Amino acid sequence: MGDLDLTTAADLGAQSVRSNAEVVIKVRGLRTQFGDVVIHDNLDLDLMRGEILGVVGGSGTGKSVLMRAIIGLKRPSAGSVKVFGEDFYALNEAGRLEVERRWGVLFQGGALFSSLTVAQNVMAPIREHLQMPDALARDIAAMKISMSGLPPEAGDKYPSELSGGMRKRAGLARALALDPDIVFLDEPTAGLDPIGAAAFDELIVNLKTSLGLTVFMITHDLDSLYAASDRVAVLAEKRVIEVGPLTEVTRSDHPWIRSYFTGPRGRAARKTTAR
Amino acid sequence: MTAAFRIDLDGQTLRMNAEGDWRARFLAAIDHDVRLFEEDSVGRELVIDLSRVTRLDTAGALVLQRVMSACASRTEASKFVGASEAHQALMERVAPHLAPCPVEPARGDPFIQMLDRLGRGAADAYFTALKILNFIGLVLVTGARVFTDPKRLRMTSIVRHMEDAGLDAVPIVATMCFLVGAVVAYMGAKSLEMFGAEIFVVELVALAVLREFGVLLSAILLAGRSGSAFTAQIGSMKIREEVDALRVLGLDPIEILVLPRTIALVLVLPVLAFIGAMTGLLGGILVSWGALDISPALFLARMKETVVMSNFWAGIIKAPFFAFIISVVGCFQGMAVRGSAESLGQRTTLSVVQSLFLVIFIDSFFAMFYLEIDF
Repeated sequence: MGDLDLTTAADLGAQSVRSNAEVVIKVRGLRTQFGDVVIHDNLDLDLMRGEILGVVGGSGTGKSVLMRAIIGLKRPSAGSVKVFGEDFYALNEAGRLEVERRWGVLFQGGALFSSLTVAQNVMAPIREHLQMPDALARDIAAMKISMSGLPPEAGDKYPSELSGGMRKRAGLARALALDPDIVFLDEPTAGLDPIGAAAFDELIVNLKTSLGLTVFMITHDLDSLYAASDRVAVLAEKRVIEVGPLTEVTRSDHPWIRSYFTGPRGRAARKTTAR
Repeated sequence: MTAAFRIDLDGQTLRMNAEGDWRARFLAAIDHDVRLFEEDSVGRELVIDLSRVTRLDTAGALVLQRVMSACASRTEASKFVGASEAHQALMERVAPHLAPCPVEPARGDPFIQMLDRLGRGAADAYFTALKILNFIGLVLVTGARVFTDPKRLRMTSIVRHMEDAGLDAVPIVATMCFLVGAVVAYMGAKSLEMFGAEIFVVELVALAVLREFGVLLSAILLAGRSGSAFTAQIGSMKIREEVDALRVLGLDPIEILVLPRTIALVLVLPVLAFIGAMTGLLGGILVSWGALDISPALFLARMKETVVMSNFWAGIIKAPFFAFIISVVGCFQGMAVRGSAESLGQRTTLSVVQSLFLVIFIDSFFAMFYLEIDF
């Protein structure tokens, strides 16, 4: 277990971890393309341990593609993705698996396996990766489901029987199954009603502080950004044009950022969080 | 370093000393022992010492909390000691989430379930038959309405489906029928040779290919190739609410989606059946020539003499009926898709199974009918 000498997030518990800003994911010179269409060019981005990084950008700027490039679903045509200091795309099968166990991903629609119940969905990664007696896997799954804010009765429901918000929570429970250090969220609040969205933001902040998670959150939702994110990265012109705490980013005079944050919705969101 | 624990008895109080790495990956090894300990110590006072735990995650914290809640009598004396600040926080974080949850919906008696499935299956078959009849009626009525106002016939769509289902299927239909014709001739040759009646291979091949195989093979291919495609196309439109959008725009999905496909298949299958019959004959002729020394000229002369034209028509007449049922079943199953992608898969399977069944069913009906009218 020599490659595991980094302190795991859970070890850090509720401690504030902003002080020692260790970079867990370092993207340098990333270039992704589909055929001749270049999505990102020379993109740099750092994800610090223990932060919630909100990633914003207009439709089609490749937010999801960036996430897919980092988690190994879309091979970049140039540049490097370093996860916990290791070049992800240079790792062998076993090394990748080791890294993949340390992150969880919540896809936009939840991406639950439709033939399994919620509890079986959460148990799936536990069963596959840790040779574990069924009873223990059940206990752990029940805990993750409860932590994600679902009632116990949701356990034996199939994904088709759940509402959108519950599906996202179940997806989050599955993403958390292996106690990951990093969680990727692709538009976690899209399609939720404002109350559900606010509750989800709160849940994420809660889990982050109590489990010491690092969160990479793609979002369109300004309220989410204000409520949850520690730093914001803005994607435009095929790269990250601005990254930093929300207050700094809103001061940028890039035209897209200005219209994003000072548009009617941006102002409204800022007002509510300023209280 | 893996997870381990040691039990000490301190007066009346049990003392559990947890040590090592209590993360999920190491818990499997001690799970059995932990559960035994839980059972043995119900109602005792318990102190769990975490001071020698080097690492802890939510799974480890969960197990420790479970031990505590299962076997401790809830007195002041039962508590966790020695946890570092971070571990303590984690233990507290986990504490409210100990309730188990059901994993699978409860299943009843397997025998009752079998009866239940049987009953549902029978009822389903009955209602599906009714619904398909209903759908056939709907298509015919819509068809009649459109033919009175031919402007509403969607020629572009019809031609496109004719190309997809017909032209593109020619190579495979031709190859299949050629091979089957050859096989029939070859098998016939073997048996007929024993009686010195080789020449009857002509009747065998011609009758089999013209009456049955040409049209039946084309229909089977069409059901697998186009019927299933219709289900998938219409089903995915249904999932994306495109069918609802048509309705809301005041357009009739039957007229726009089902009718062009059905007309295309009805026009195209007779042609495919003809091509199938011809290539089937070709296969028979070549094998007869090679294996039985019946020259093509002799084959054709004999065929002209003994095989009446009605055999050819007996085959071709069936084609439009087959085509109609294949298209209607394919479209019906497409319209029956609900919600998920899973339903789309089930419906596509059903579409092929049902249209093949109905094609064979109608074929046997034709066979009896022809027998009665001496066709």
